Amino acid sequence: MAIVRKDKRELEKMHRAGLLVWGALQELRKLVRPGVTTKDLDAFAERYTAEHGARPAFKGYMGYPCSLCTSINQEVVHGIPSERRALKEGDILSMDFGVELDGYYADAALTVPVGKIAPAREKLLRVTRESLDHAIEKVRPGNRLSDISAAVQEWVEGNGFSVVREFVGHGIGTKMHEEPQLPNYGEPGHGPRLLEGMVLAIEPMVNSGGPGVRILDDKWTAVTTDGSDSAHFEHTVAVTSSGPWVLTRPREEAGPCW
Amino acid sequence: MAKRPESEKKKSDDGNSKEDAIEVMATVIEPLPNAMFRVELENKHQVLAHISGKMRKNFIRILPGDKVAVELSPYDLTRGRIVYRYK
Repeated sequence: MAIVRKDKRELEKMHRAGLLVWGALQELRKLVRPGVTTKDLDAFAERYTAEHGARPAFKGYMGYPCSLCTSINQEVVHGIPSERRALKEGDILSMDFGVELDGYYADAALTVPVGKIAPAREKLLRVTRESLDHAIEKVRPGNRLSDISAAVQEWVEGNGFSVVREFVGHGIGTKMHEEPQLPNYGEPGHGPRLLEGMVLAIEPMVNSGGPGVRILDDKWTAVTTDGSDSAHFEHTVAVTSSGPWVLTRPREEAGPCW
Repeated sequence: MAKRPESEKKKSDDGNSKEDAIEVMATVIEPLPNAMFRVELENKHQVLAHISGKMRKNFIRILPGDKVAVELSPYDLTRGRIVYRYK
């Protein structure tokens, strides 16, 4: 299937969905502190979504039971919120969230510290976020898809971390997962050329140890095989003639992507 | 939410189905549009069969009453492919 390009009106709709995702994640990060359970966060996300007239994109997707993905420490992505899982001082928590509003999807994620965290974890979060910054910079008409992948890999591996291979970013629009698939590794200069109106969910997943991951018996939670820490940042980004347009944050926001 | 990548659809799918097919003898009952035929197998089952590309390319004509060899798909036993017309 071809990569669907969105017109101005569609991008505005996706931006509205994106602002909702951004707003929810901003509220959620304020709630993060030791003692809060991941289920509390999920409940907030669900309530926030309903209050704004949208639908949580993850709930029911391939049988996923919740609105939010919460992945702690060695969990890479797709951790299922639970009332038995309380945050502890020093944890790192990835929150991945998406909504459908008026037929269009937006998807974003960030990893936040719980209280005070070790310097090694701080570096992991910083490098992963920066890799997303570098990736977003490549979202310009005329660049090729793998230029984005290469930007992530180069930055991550240059800082001594590794890139998860088992999961990829994706096109997004009227479905949560559309063409193309966007790995976070690869040689630059390959794949389709980026054209105005394409929208990509770019999501580097970075491990402090080896790149290997495995999926737990719950069929969702991905953890690092070597038990090392993992971080995950994501934005939904549109290709426009004037460069990247991050749909999952307000236009007036400047500086680092998260 | 990160996507689990899917590998590209395997090209060999078609090749495999051709190899896995069950070949049986049949008699043509009636011609249908789009180079399809209703054929009766030796076990009296009637199935819908189209003509193999090779036969269509070489203009092998098929008329009601002809004896033909039909390959049946193991997935859908009500459809088949005519691969040979006996003289």
